[in-house]
Amino acid sequence: MAQVEQTVKDMKDTGARNNQTMELTTRSNVASELLRELVAHLRQNRTQLREEWVTRISETRLLTAMTKDEIFAEATSVYDSYVEALETGTFEALQAYARNLSERIIPRGVETHEVVGIVLLLRDVLARSLFAKYQTDFKKLNRILDAYEPAANRIANTVAVGFVQERERVIRQQQEAIRELSTPVLQVRERLLILPIIGVIDPQRARQLTEQLLRGIRTNRAKVVVIDITGVAAMDATVANHLVQTVEASRLLGANVIVTGLSPEIAQTLVTIGIDLGKMNTVGDLQGGIEQAERLLGYKVATLAEPS
Amino acid sequence: MEVPILKQGGVLIATVQAALSDADLSQLRSGLVQQVVRWRSRGVIVDVTAMDVMDSFASRTLREIAHMIRLRGAETVIVGIQPEVAFAMVQLGLTLQGVATALDLEEGLTYLNQKFERMH
Repeated sequence: MAQVEQTVKDMKDTGARNNQTMELTTRSNVASELLRELVAHLRQNRTQLREEWVTRISETRLLTAMTKDEIFAEATSVYDSYVEALETGTFEALQAYARNLSERIIPRGVETHEVVGIVLLLRDVLARSLFAKYQTDFKKLNRILDAYEPAANRIANTVAVGFVQERERVIRQQQEAIRELSTPVLQVRERLLILPIIGVIDPQRARQLTEQLLRGIRTNRAKVVVIDITGVAAMDATVANHLVQTVEASRLLGANVIVTGLSPEIAQTLVTIGIDLGKMNTVGDLQGGIEQAERLLGYKVATLAEPS
Repeated sequence: MEVPILKQGGVLIATVQAALSDADLSQLRSGLVQQVVRWRSRGVIVDVTAMDVMDSFASRTLREIAHMIRLRGAETVIVGIQPEVAFAMVQLGLTLQGVATALDLEEGLTYLNQKFERMH
């Protein structure tokens, strides 16, 4: 019997060389038949396989941010969309579900490795059940796996990509939000501006800062500007250079710049890029900077009475 | 276009009114350096508010003017550099090292007057 099958297969292979199209159609017909069988099997054993999957998830300590009930509910929907994707061969529904799921679980701190992990777990659980079912018929098992594996891999891919895309969308959105928090140029005294900078400065933000500052100097007719970078942990050489250029450009507009609150790392960067310290007026903290600015402007702060 | 040089008390004021050619700049330089001694001026203000481009020749000439006038015994202030021009200059490395700058004409006059008071 097996020999006959082998011969038939050989004949088919020879035919394939002559007529590839026909071979492809036969093969896809066979594959879709196998997939149908596979889907029927997965539908039949839905409860048991799903249980097993959820157990494996909690065993491997994935999705710790979610409760057991939640995992079970999500697992049910994932399982059903998984089987549906296998059956129809279309991934749009699964993709939409993955995006929706990501939207819900990303804010709860679920990581990429967890999502990829659970999908791969499901793939393994289902593969195991196939092994168990077809353990007596090795050839059939092989063909079933041939049909199952590409589809399963594509499903895993779809879910992972959907998750990562959603994450990237969230990150992009946050970046925009941060960029929109414009850095204010504040006038604290006649002709004295302060520019507090907080957070990471990338080249784009640096450019925006410079523009705002130079315009601020002009509109407020500032003579002294205090740039406070206490809230900036580190900057790279490009941005540090940009800062120095901003100081020089402000001087060309006739304003003195005092930079305050340089962290040790930034000081290191400035020394490494070898800026001319003669051009930069730096003071330890914002208070010192404002005091020096007041001296430059001729202000004198005096206590009128003892504080009560 | 030639740059007019006006005398206002002890200060000479040169106001650039349009884009300048290299020849105009050289002429401005020689004019200022001659007149500063002729009028016994103690300060010179060059107002560049109208300049929306400052190339390397222009900024080098401004620097030369300032240094030559110092050698002739007076002080120079460059006033009215536009914000965009200022940043473009810095990026090209044209920082007018050792030259006093001020926001506008009024600021420049205040700067010079303070400087004169200190000398007395």
